Amino acid sequence: MIEFLYQFISQNVLSPVATYLFPLQYQPQALYVLQTIVKILSIMVPVLLTVAYFTYAERKVIGFIQARIGPNRVGFFGFSLWGLGQPIADAVKLIVKEIVIPTGSNKTLFIIAPILSLAPSIAAWAVIPFDDTKVLADINAGLLYVLALTSLAVYGVIIAGWASNSKYAFLGAMRSAAQIVAYEIAMGFALVGVLIAAGSLNLGEIVTAQSGSFIHWFWLPLLPLFIVYFISGVAETNRAPFDVAEGESEIVAGFHVEYGGMAFSVFFMAEYANMILIAVLSAIMFCGGWLSPFQGIPGLEDLFSWVPPIFWLLAKTSFFMFLFLWFRATFPRYRYDQIMRLGWKVFIPITIVWLVVISALVVTNTPPWFVA
Amino acid sequence: MMTKVKNYITSLFLWELLKGLRLTGKHLFKRKITVQYPEEKTPQSHRFRGLHALRRYPNGEERCIACKLCEAVCPAVAITIESEPRDDGSRRTTRYDIDLTKCIFCGFCEESCPVDSIVETRIFEYHGEKRGDLLMTKPRLLEIGELAEKQIAEDRARDAFYR
Repeated sequence: MIEFLYQFISQNVLSPVATYLFPLQYQPQALYVLQTIVKILSIMVPVLLTVAYFTYAERKVIGFIQARIGPNRVGFFGFSLWGLGQPIADAVKLIVKEIVIPTGSNKTLFIIAPILSLAPSIAAWAVIPFDDTKVLADINAGLLYVLALTSLAVYGVIIAGWASNSKYAFLGAMRSAAQIVAYEIAMGFALVGVLIAAGSLNLGEIVTAQSGSFIHWFWLPLLPLFIVYFISGVAETNRAPFDVAEGESEIVAGFHVEYGGMAFSVFFMAEYANMILIAVLSAIMFCGGWLSPFQGIPGLEDLFSWVPPIFWLLAKTSFFMFLFLWFRATFPRYRYDQIMRLGWKVFIPITIVWLVVISALVVTNTPPWFVA
Repeated sequence: MMTKVKNYITSLFLWELLKGLRLTGKHLFKRKITVQYPEEKTPQSHRFRGLHALRRYPNGEERCIACKLCEAVCPAVAITIESEPRDDGSRRTTRYDIDLTKCIFCGFCEESCPVDSIVETRIFEYHGEKRGDLLMTKPRLLEIGELAEKQIAEDRARDAFYR
């Protein structure tokens, strides 16, 4: 259906636009650019919508866990619809509000910081394979690209903290920087494990390397790395229980104290976009991406063969997104020294040990995962 | 030694964290206890202390005899009373003001009143749009008393045994 829609738009909208607006010799290039823009939009718009409704899901899930109902008033056209209009109402409110730029701030950096924190988490979607054919940029070093972009997000936080010229914002930025650096290493090592197991940096090939069945997915041979990766992901996105960067009890709101209105909401969106990214990466690298969980089970496999592969990816991603909310509703915030201890003295040793184990498994061609 | 090893293993397998997740996971499916306020309301005690009212006797005579006990007992000094003898010689208030922005709704005025004149009703959903709206005057208090008299009398009758 997605292919059909894309073909339809390509033939009936983009081709005429390209033929009418551009001279003949540039038409193929123009068409290519237009097609790419449509592809980018077809990823970005759903991602941003998911971000909006993820905030709603968060309030609902945490509400339910605390025996409350959560937002249930704002709806559409006079129907409350379990509060589904809430994210839209929030967005309208934040857009309408004024962005106050503090006098003492560095104005350029103050404006750039939120953009710099949101852009990488959206740009990283370029290499996410939704299917064995559906990927925007099928580059061979996809994993490296993802790692580079997820580490780039810390600059948004640091620059925001510095440009605000406020003590609280600066303290929050410092905390966040130290934390992200610590967990980046463990995360990198976990990804090295994936790289060794899959033998490729291309995310699509990493998924195909996991094909076979539920137990062929990398979550089993890489279980410690999987757990380390996901917990590091929670720390990396500054989510509870690692959200000391915005520790409201000590430093008000951390790096984004001075931000209001849309500038604040861009930070907010960046946090949620990052969570979704970590969730989709966990699904791709450890839980078989678009592969069906019923693969290799006789009977069930045929029963579910009509389900489009993208559905499995979205289902797995939703599960990991739910985990983020579940963690937030369950765990109290870590003390700062405990965060550092966990990152440096627990996760890094575990990942290094498991790298040796996984290398041994690969070298000895241990079935069922690593058959030569 | 053994406990140390055991501690290491349980913390490495995130045992306590999983236990916590199980607990919150259970609560996810529990019955929600939110009261959807404007549509649903929690039950009220008949001793509820809300908006004030001045009562009248069934024959229409106002109860207040301007003894000023409520004014004296009020810990927030929210009550102001002025009184004069009426034409028939009885002492009556010419002014009975309650500043609701000062009032702490302790109910002492009601307790001190020898003739059950000043009472606190169950009304709690009221608001003022100007500052003066929350400065209650004698006519307004009497008006509230007339509006809520049935409920007030019922609640006083229910509580009479304990007083």
